[in-house]
Amino acid sequence: MILRNIDRAGWVFLGMVITAGILIPVLNLAVPPGSFLHVPDYLVPLLGKYLCFALLAISIDLIWGYAGILSLGHGAFFALGGYAMGMYLMRQIGTRGVYADPILPDFMVFLNYKELPWFWHGFDMFWFAAIWVLLAPGLLAFVFGWLAFRSRVTGVYLSIITQAMTFALMLAFFRNDMGLGGNNGFTDFKDILGFNIQAAETRGVLFFLSAMALAGGYLMCRLIVTSKLGKVLVAVRDAESRTRFIGYRVEYYKLFVFTLSAMIAGIAGALYVPQVGIINPSEFAPANSIEMVIWVAVGGRGTLVGAALGALVVNAGKTWFTGALPELWLFALGGLFVFVTLFLPKGILGTLGTGWDKLHRGSPKKESAPAVAVPDAAE
Amino acid sequence: MGFAFFRRLALTLLLALTVFAIQFPARADAVDDALALFTTDSFNDTTKAIDGLVASGHANTLPILRALADGKLLYDPGSKAVFYKDDAGALLNARTATPSSADASLLKAVRLNNRLRRAVEAARGGLALLAPEPERRRTAAEAVFKSRDANALPTLDAAIGKETDARAKAAMELARAAIVVTFPGASEQDRLAAVNTIAARGDGDAAALLRSLPADLPESVKAAAADAVDGIEARLAVWAALQNILYGVSLGSVLLLAAVGLAITFGQMGVINMAHGEMVMIGAYTTFVVQDVIRNNAPWLFDYSLFMAIPLAFLVAAAVGIAIERSVIRFLYGRPLETLLATWGISLILIQSVRSIFGPTNREVGTPSWMAGSLDLGGLSLTYNRVAIIVFAALVFVALLLVLKKTALGLQVRAVTQNRRMAAAMGIRTDWIDAMTFGLGSGVAGMAGVALSQIDNVSPNLGQGYIIDSFMVVVFGGVGNLWGTLVGAMTLGIANKFLEPYAGAVLGKILLLIAIILFIQKRPRGLFALKGRAVEA
Repeated sequence: MILRNIDRAGWVFLGMVITAGILIPVLNLAVPPGSFLHVPDYLVPLLGKYLCFALLAISIDLIWGYAGILSLGHGAFFALGGYAMGMYLMRQIGTRGVYADPILPDFMVFLNYKELPWFWHGFDMFWFAAIWVLLAPGLLAFVFGWLAFRSRVTGVYLSIITQAMTFALMLAFFRNDMGLGGNNGFTDFKDILGFNIQAAETRGVLFFLSAMALAGGYLMCRLIVTSKLGKVLVAVRDAESRTRFIGYRVEYYKLFVFTLSAMIAGIAGALYVPQVGIINPSEFAPANSIEMVIWVAVGGRGTLVGAALGALVVNAGKTWFTGALPELWLFALGGLFVFVTLFLPKGILGTLGTGWDKLHRGSPKKESAPAVAVPDAAE
Repeated sequence: MGFAFFRRLALTLLLALTVFAIQFPARADAVDDALALFTTDSFNDTTKAIDGLVASGHANTLPILRALADGKLLYDPGSKAVFYKDDAGALLNARTATPSSADASLLKAVRLNNRLRRAVEAARGGLALLAPEPERRRTAAEAVFKSRDANALPTLDAAIGKETDARAKAAMELARAAIVVTFPGASEQDRLAAVNTIAARGDGDAAALLRSLPADLPESVKAAAADAVDGIEARLAVWAALQNILYGVSLGSVLLLAAVGLAITFGQMGVINMAHGEMVMIGAYTTFVVQDVIRNNAPWLFDYSLFMAIPLAFLVAAAVGIAIERSVIRFLYGRPLETLLATWGISLILIQSVRSIFGPTNREVGTPSWMAGSLDLGGLSLTYNRVAIIVFAALVFVALLLVLKKTALGLQVRAVTQNRRMAAAMGIRTDWIDAMTFGLGSGVAGMAGVALSQIDNVSPNLGQGYIIDSFMVVVFGGVGNLWGTLVGAMTLGIANKFLEPYAGAVLGKILLLIAIILFIQKRPRGLFALKGRAVEA
């Protein structure tokens, strides 16, 4: 029943993600270095980072591709999840910090904190931090979405205020008196759940968990978009007023999917932080959030799998460019924005999909990728 | 404060007096008599010696008095010669200020008691009050006002009698009033007059002085002082508020300049131009290039460089804008979210281009000499470059209004905005109008860049700092309405400056962003929303 809702691209995607999730840690740990099949140590967290970005891209595709909500502030939800995890990891350092304070993290000792701020209590327990990984972005998205959707802030206005939201959060997190590490953020983590965070085994497990989260996130989003709820979301995307006139409470649908998407982004952030070993306020930068949107656009909006693919392709490109031709990276990224919006509006997967259908059916199937929403006379 | 101040004063005075002394040699006998009195080891004689020395106008008076205050004035009990040690510890003859080879171990220090110390200090302050430069006399009077040293009263009275400079005289009278108000011998009448004089000064120092009066004054004086303090505080509060508004208007005009171009492209055309900030940046770099050319070829024109940069920045930014519109944006009309992403991509390309051409570091843009200094009006003060930006923003705003309301181009722009197909049917070349409108908005942004180059770092990231603020202004003011942009910019500017003292600059900005986000919930279309059919068009 559930499995029927997954299309061919979905199966291929799930198969690849799960295989990679198992194979890459095994090739890293079990195959001796020097062997042709050995995956070097540096590659595991790097690929793990891409998986987190892919999960983040799926969460953006869920709201942008299916509900027409273009959030330019999803980096904020990602970073909030990351900060919740970072707080747990900071508490785990304990006396191994530079100042060896059993309770206070180094930056607090440095800033002359006498005791732990109230919101840090409980973050020494993993389950508590894990709850906040979901709650922090979820609550923010719920409040923000409730205010925005109720008063029918849509389209570019919503995009602009989401951008303002992440900008305001960035300014706030840069402040030292926030009690969250100021512009240095959190880094120098020691261990997670008792395991050394630098160890290859831990990294392998984190990679596996990231792959599972990506697969799980994809499955959940796929189930949502193929359910009746998903049909309503697409209706909202294509003709919001008409859907409202039929009797759907559009704002509740949007609010649900926006909050869910923020929580998925939070999970992606929480998995990202232990693998890259740092979280700081620049994650909130508006430019980051816009870059995330382009991953989705490159891969194919409204396809879920495409969003993940786009995140992998763009980030792999970024890693290569910033290493080999750092001068040209911004040209490439900027050009990508222009090229994709002008010539590839359906993204890689959407374009491939229509081409495939044409080849096999002779005539184009009814478009599965979204037509660009142009309000017509009925709006 | 007092001592360090006098030391500095004494040093500067020493130079002036040395010059003075060459022109008007002091009477030798008076100086010798005074110096001789230092050697009698009697407090009374030392007092006379101080007075005599001051009266003689000897060039070396100040160093001697300083040495005396520091216990470094020495005399030889045998030869009755007087010496002093300077800061470096060298022994100098007091009469001639030349290095002396006398045996320091045989010399005795001139002794001081508290009464003498006060006399020395008063003599030193008094000397400054009689300095040749009005500016220095005024500074000395300010110092007396702060120290309220009753010993300075006679000198002060003498100085007021001789004073010709109005500002110095006012300062001296203030200082006199400050002394008189607490002077034990002063009559009630004199004190009331003194309170009035102080109240007329009207700043924080005057209020502090009146607040700290001793309790044993007559009731009438105390009441007058309390009234004066209230009056001063009320006035200061008004000035502070006015100053905040002025700073707010200054910030608001910066925001207006940055946002008004956006109000055209976003407001009239519905195009979300994320590269708008980069148009500002291009304008700033145009200014840099203009100044560079002028510096190398015609340095005497430097003061006019900004006037040349303004039209050039407009043309360069407008050309870039039209190129962007023709090559990218025109294919994306009706797809605002795609436009947003594409123009963001363009902004990245522009940033990297400028970085590749001009380098990643800040470039130096000079300020013309006529923009230096600041404008002081009552209790208000604003630097001239800020004043220039306010004036410039107002001019740009009026010019844009005129272009949109009074020219054929403006009429066509509005026609295309209201009903594109009907406008086309009337023979308007709508795509040409699109390009022109976009060019106009971009050009205005370029002119804003000229202004911002005067107050901000000219770096490739210049525009990024303004893009979110600009969008906030336009969205807050209401899209498609230039007046809304004006009100939005000024409101945000002034609100920001009023929040800053309470919340700090960063927190104030955060609060403002949150306020705007909440405001948009209430009025999704901004302060001055279009009504009727135009809303969904």
